[in-house]
Amino acid sequence: MRIVFEKRQNVSRIIRVLVPALSLIFALIFGAILLLLSGVDPFTAYAAMFKGAFGDSHAVAETLVKAIPLMLTGLGVAIAFRMLFWNIGAEGQLAMGGLAATGVALYASDLLPGWSIVPAAVLLGMLAGALWAAIPALLRAYLQVNETITTLMMNYIAILLVSHMYHGPWRDPEGYGFPGTARFPEVAWLPRLYDRAHAGLFFALIAAGVLWFVLQRTKWGFELRITGENPKAARYIGINIPKQILTAMLLSGALCGLAGVCEVTGVMRRLQQGLTVGYGYTAIIVAWMSQLNPWGVLLVAFLLAGLLVGGDQIQMAMGLPAAMGLVLQGALLFPMLGGSLFAEYRLRVVRAETQEAILPQQSLAKESE
Amino acid sequence: MSELKIREPILRMEGITKRFPGVLANDHVDLKLYEGEVLALLGENGAGKSTLMNVLCGLYRADDGAIAVRGDLVDIQSPRDAYELGIGMVHQNFMLVETMTVAENVVLGLQGLAFQPEMRQVKRRLQELGERYGLKVDPDAYIWQLSVGEQQRVEILKLLYRDVDILVLDEPTAVLTPQEVDDLVEVLRRVVREGKAAIFITHKLREVMMFSDRVTVLRGGENVATRSTSKTSPEELAQLMVGREVLFQLERTTCDLGAPVLEVENLEALNDKGLPALRGVSLTVRAGEIVGIAGVAGNGQRELAEVITGLRDAVDGEVHVNETCITNCSPLRAIRAGVSHVPEDRVEMGLVGDMSVAENLALKAYRSSELSRGPVLFPEGMKRFARSLIDGFDIATPGPETRVKFLSGGNLQKAILARELTACEGLLVAVHPTRGLDVGATESVRELLLEQREKGTAVLLISEDLDELLEISDRIAVMFEGEIVGVVSVEEADLDTLGLMMAGERPQQEGAAQ
Repeated sequence: MRIVFEKRQNVSRIIRVLVPALSLIFALIFGAILLLLSGVDPFTAYAAMFKGAFGDSHAVAETLVKAIPLMLTGLGVAIAFRMLFWNIGAEGQLAMGGLAATGVALYASDLLPGWSIVPAAVLLGMLAGALWAAIPALLRAYLQVNETITTLMMNYIAILLVSHMYHGPWRDPEGYGFPGTARFPEVAWLPRLYDRAHAGLFFALIAAGVLWFVLQRTKWGFELRITGENPKAARYIGINIPKQILTAMLLSGALCGLAGVCEVTGVMRRLQQGLTVGYGYTAIIVAWMSQLNPWGVLLVAFLLAGLLVGGDQIQMAMGLPAAMGLVLQGALLFPMLGGSLFAEYRLRVVRAETQEAILPQQSLAKESE
Repeated sequence: MSELKIREPILRMEGITKRFPGVLANDHVDLKLYEGEVLALLGENGAGKSTLMNVLCGLYRADDGAIAVRGDLVDIQSPRDAYELGIGMVHQNFMLVETMTVAENVVLGLQGLAFQPEMRQVKRRLQELGERYGLKVDPDAYIWQLSVGEQQRVEILKLLYRDVDILVLDEPTAVLTPQEVDDLVEVLRRVVREGKAAIFITHKLREVMMFSDRVTVLRGGENVATRSTSKTSPEELAQLMVGREVLFQLERTTCDLGAPVLEVENLEALNDKGLPALRGVSLTVRAGEIVGIAGVAGNGQRELAEVITGLRDAVDGEVHVNETCITNCSPLRAIRAGVSHVPEDRVEMGLVGDMSVAENLALKAYRSSELSRGPVLFPEGMKRFARSLIDGFDIATPGPETRVKFLSGGNLQKAILARELTACEGLLVAVHPTRGLDVGATESVRELLLEQREKGTAVLLISEDLDELLEISDRIAVMFEGEIVGVVSVEEADLDTLGLMMAGERPQQEGAAQ
């Protein structure tokens, strides 16, 4: 008896729904075992998690606060992944966006009319993210430099540059030495919907809609999909691939930069530690789990944010060690990601049946000649 | 043949059934192979020939049916099992390691090999085998140094070294010159004379007549007939293969030659390894003319097509299309100058498998005002365009929204042709347009090319199929090692001279047709 792993010829709709659902159940069971091992009733823990993430409007607001940057960076990463450009640099692009927005908030608030500060921060932040992304894009498009390395390295530069700015030149002189800039003037605050949930949500919704339209209904999006699905065919039909890489990455970087803008102007209202907490990396998971579909990105980002917030909640509510929240998040994500494999492949058990004498030894005579 | 019948077959396959999702590739197929014979396995693409042989060689497992080797039922689970039973296959794409020598490739994967194999013995044995069967290959040569024909010999040697006595060859002649084909026939004859047996997969009738003692015909996954080669004819086999009469002669009207559309002058280019692939190629194709390029694969044909279509830069020389210089221009500029291209790698380059038929048909026309307005695509227009092409070119698809990878080989090619012919403005570069297609699809592709010629398109047809070149081209240029050895008009061309030219011999009266 053997077990073989074969690619599904046709992925049916049922499989598409069933596989994630089963993966989730498996993930919950796996997590439950871990919870039981640490002496906690899994049902209570899961209930606390759910309540912490989606239980009331305050909980949802906190989930949204984490979901918005995941949505924006997820969309940005997805557009790059669409054309097989492995942008691991969302974190750095987010940081640069946040840095540019901070510059606008701190230094332009007195110079420009009040209404224009937030739009200026948004534009400059997006531009900064786009330019940061353009460097690895240019290297890849014209010199074939592997983008996974360059985008990753650019993250460290950006993160340390941001850190330098709020530790050094931009540190709040009245902050008692505490690292971080001064609080932004009110004109530079991104409006909030309620609690801490801010208007970045609209940016994410608009971005998803625009992306969907661009991908499905424009020449550029058509070319992007062709380039991603089959680069050889793209070249053959005359698509300028370096230009395609560059434009896609500018867009990707701009969206990640926008996430940074929202973080500093919508959530923290200053630049301080905590801007780069890994949204740009989690965005990779978001993009893959949503299969690079813009609307899927929004949904997955929201659920994943719920997992993050809920995980934090049980730490506090159940008195579990801090690491347990993270362990649980990993334990839940792992089967979900692994499960997606079974949407593409299936296991088949091959029995080594003894082939019985189907061959009648006397059938030799009837050779058809 | 009569004494063969009494003998026990060396191999029997009975009732072999193999299903793939949605396809019944083999439906109760029977096959017998006797010692000392060459059996041709004939059928169109998708008839189930390769599936059947992959079942025999342990790559697939049959859902039903039984295999007996020398009278014993066997259960073949892997290629290794097959080897142990003396069954081995030469695949269409050779399974050789380019950076290793012939001898190393031969012992690679052998079981019970010493940690440091005694290579001297291996080489001696290879030389012996080579002499015995007429397979001359230097055991110390690296695979990348060998021609395709020589690589095939290495594959056969590999099997003989393993004492395989049932040899399976998957379309062995596809990559060979006519002379190399003759050599292969001779090798197979010697091999089977020693009590071994061979099966070769093909869809070429001429080879069946030339190679085989018996022929088994498959159609749509089922056995159609088994015949003694001496008692059948190509016409009968063709009928069995496709289930209907086939037109072998296409109508060809004489066309008035127009102005030169493609002018290639002294073109030089390098291949992917940076070695010279084109050495001063000059060529003119006029409107209303099909110029065939004959030659064994790897003599510069691919590079020629790529330079003309803008996919590869030339080192020297010029390409003009419709009096526009497009040397070293981007593919887009070439397209705009009037070049259409039916590429060699249909699936890899010509189509985007996961996109719909409609989108694939629009891969060039999406830039036109019919399908887009400014930067925005016009879905209705795309659908209408797709429908008109699907009807006009008779593409069998469940609908325009079907993902193109689900179409059959012939329909994939029709889709590419539909797109390229519709977009064509002067020059069509068709590279192996009928390779791997069944007889029906081949016929319709050739008809389309002739139709295009009548419309006044200049067609550059690169093909390895001499029958095809003789059938539809007006002139045939033969390429060898990056040069055009000679150009002959189709009236003066015959298989022997073309074969000699493909092997590098220049024709007596140079440039007779120019």
